[in-house]
Amino acid sequence: MSELKLMKGNEALAEAAIRAGADAYFGYPITPQSEVIEYLMTEQPEKRTGMVVLQAESEIAAINMVYGAASTGKKVMTSSSSPGISLKLEGISYLAGAELPAVIVNVVRGGPGLGTIQPSQADYFQSVKGGGHGDYKLYVLAPASVQEMSDFVEDAFNIAFKYRAPVLILSDGLIGQMMEKVNLKDQLPRLTNDEIIEKYDSWAVTGRKNRRRNIITSLDLQSEKMEARVHRLMKKYEQMEKEDLRYEKILCDDAEYLIVAYGSSARISQKAVELARKKGIKAGLLRPITLFPYPKQPLFELADQVKGILSVELNAGQMVEDVKLSVEHKVPVEHFGRTGGIIHTPEEVLEALEQKIIKNGNLRYHTTRESSIL
Amino acid sequence: MEILDIIQPENQVFCKTKLMTDTALSYCPGCGHGTAHNLTMEVIDEMGILEDTIGVAPVGCSVLAYDFMNIDMTQAAHGRAPAVATAIARTWPEKYVFTYQGDGDLAAIGTAETIHACNRGENIVIIFVNNGIYGMTGGQMAPTTLEGMISSTSPYGREIKSMGSPLKITELVANLPGVYYVTRQSVHTHKHARKAKKAIQKAFENTRLKQGLSFIEIVSNCNSGWKMTPNESNIWMEENMFKYFPLGDIKVDGKLKQ
Amino acid sequence: MAKVQGAIAVDTEACKGCEVCIPVCAENVIGMSTDVNRKGYHYAYMKNPEACTGCTNCGIVCPDRAIAVYRVKVSA
Repeated sequence: MSELKLMKGNEALAEAAIRAGADAYFGYPITPQSEVIEYLMTEQPEKRTGMVVLQAESEIAAINMVYGAASTGKKVMTSSSSPGISLKLEGISYLAGAELPAVIVNVVRGGPGLGTIQPSQADYFQSVKGGGHGDYKLYVLAPASVQEMSDFVEDAFNIAFKYRAPVLILSDGLIGQMMEKVNLKDQLPRLTNDEIIEKYDSWAVTGRKNRRRNIITSLDLQSEKMEARVHRLMKKYEQMEKEDLRYEKILCDDAEYLIVAYGSSARISQKAVELARKKGIKAGLLRPITLFPYPKQPLFELADQVKGILSVELNAGQMVEDVKLSVEHKVPVEHFGRTGGIIHTPEEVLEALEQKIIKNGNLRYHTTRESSIL
Repeated sequence: MEILDIIQPENQVFCKTKLMTDTALSYCPGCGHGTAHNLTMEVIDEMGILEDTIGVAPVGCSVLAYDFMNIDMTQAAHGRAPAVATAIARTWPEKYVFTYQGDGDLAAIGTAETIHACNRGENIVIIFVNNGIYGMTGGQMAPTTLEGMISSTSPYGREIKSMGSPLKITELVANLPGVYYVTRQSVHTHKHARKAKKAIQKAFENTRLKQGLSFIEIVSNCNSGWKMTPNESNIWMEENMFKYFPLGDIKVDGKLKQ
Repeated sequence: MAKVQGAIAVDTEACKGCEVCIPVCAENVIGMSTDVNRKGYHYAYMKNPEACTGCTNCGIVCPDRAIAVYRVKVSA
């Protein structure tokens, strides 16, 4: 029996972590996601489930705490926002290289630099093109609602432990700060220490008992071994693409024009599709739920059906490149998106669809707001 | 009496602990890292806590500690071992968790992690090998490089004016209430090595009794980096390193020694 | 007081010829071999075996634990 509540995205995420049976959370304050650690500190989950919550001295310390607990097979999570995630990228690369399960949450804000605290999707490249150093990828889940921001925590942990890999939940300040109804799942019991030792005895560092020593490291000074390690990672990513791709199609069956958008931008674009339909424009929406693995095949197929595709993102144009890669020039692909923390309106999205895709004319803004970088 | 009659298993009074692997140490001949590794493993062996001990290796010469220490270990990003250890100790409160770090790892890039793990009084042991230089990367200046000391990045000797004076991180952390035991040892002679071993044992006892953080600095040599023979480097260490980094207990049972 | 007689067994391949064991031996037992091991290091050996008391000083300072120490009681 799940529990219906009205919650902020950040708090629903924090509650979901407790209910997913997380063993530990290490975080650091940064707007717009400080509510995650505030909620956890107020909720005192160590009393409910024994979950450890600790505020670290920096995002760097926090991600390395995640690395430490993950080395021992514990279910561990951290969250931050854009600049904080940049600080964590070395640690995330280590998690990938050392093949450790962990969940990282980025509640994206405008950038680059100190940027702004308003919502953005400008960390797309950072999230799906590696971000940290070396040959690795992150499995990336992009929630579009408070419900998904909550549900994806358990999904992320399951993927992390299925593949022994770090998983990223790529939210944004809008969803993090917004309040919506959310159905909270039932409490999953945390694994006991003995269960962890037994379950992950082949790799977790829990103390050498009746076995060879376990070593968690991402170092291989011999290139052949390093290459083998990278190939091992690549196989995981191939399996993720085969088994754990997630996306949603809305009104695509008869679509002549397609919008591709994820997260909060998908919510706005869904409204734009409705507005388009009212004007007799057969628009559809493809919403990637996992940004890696990316829905290339569905896009490739839809490109045979539609006349043009608009990638709608709260940034200056990033996912548009992956859309273009997916459709391989079959149809025109354009980008539209406000950035800097401004959230585009459904009307703006529809206008962009008409100007950039349907009429192929260049975009003339009638509203008083200055146009974004085109 | 024939030597071979003496060298019999029943007459053995000292040998390498089985908590060290058979892998040849990567350290330069005469480097204190090897001795410090062995003393630490001998303590864990003698205390019988192998099954509950988790080590955290740094980045630096001793990054490969996990190839030599025959225990469960995780290798931390440069400077971050205290944070890694914090999380292990918090999620496994009954375990013995220790970090093994060099001066660049602990007192340069890892300063914040060191200070805050100490300030939180994590129930861990920090073993800090201070040889006043970055060994692994080929002999660069470290936070603990002495004034006038030559290194590949202080080819004319360290200048206080431009690089500040060598950092006494151990004295710094000793002032943090969360730190229970702070001592500075060395391993270059039998006397020093035996005292260092007792200090390491005391540290792990503190962990067992959940007393908070134990911080052991081991002043050591780097004959390759200092460009001396091992024995010369140990003499130079006594005459120079020990002056700036005096040996002895600094804080015992939570109280600073006067 | 019963006299003790010690002896050391050096793992000649593990020894890196660092000589750190030499100054800690009060009885001046240890010397360095003239030939070298596989890695090209001269290795420690008992130059004056009878003088060894098995005190383990050399063993505990050897970074590579290349020295095992033995000791027996010898009736006076």
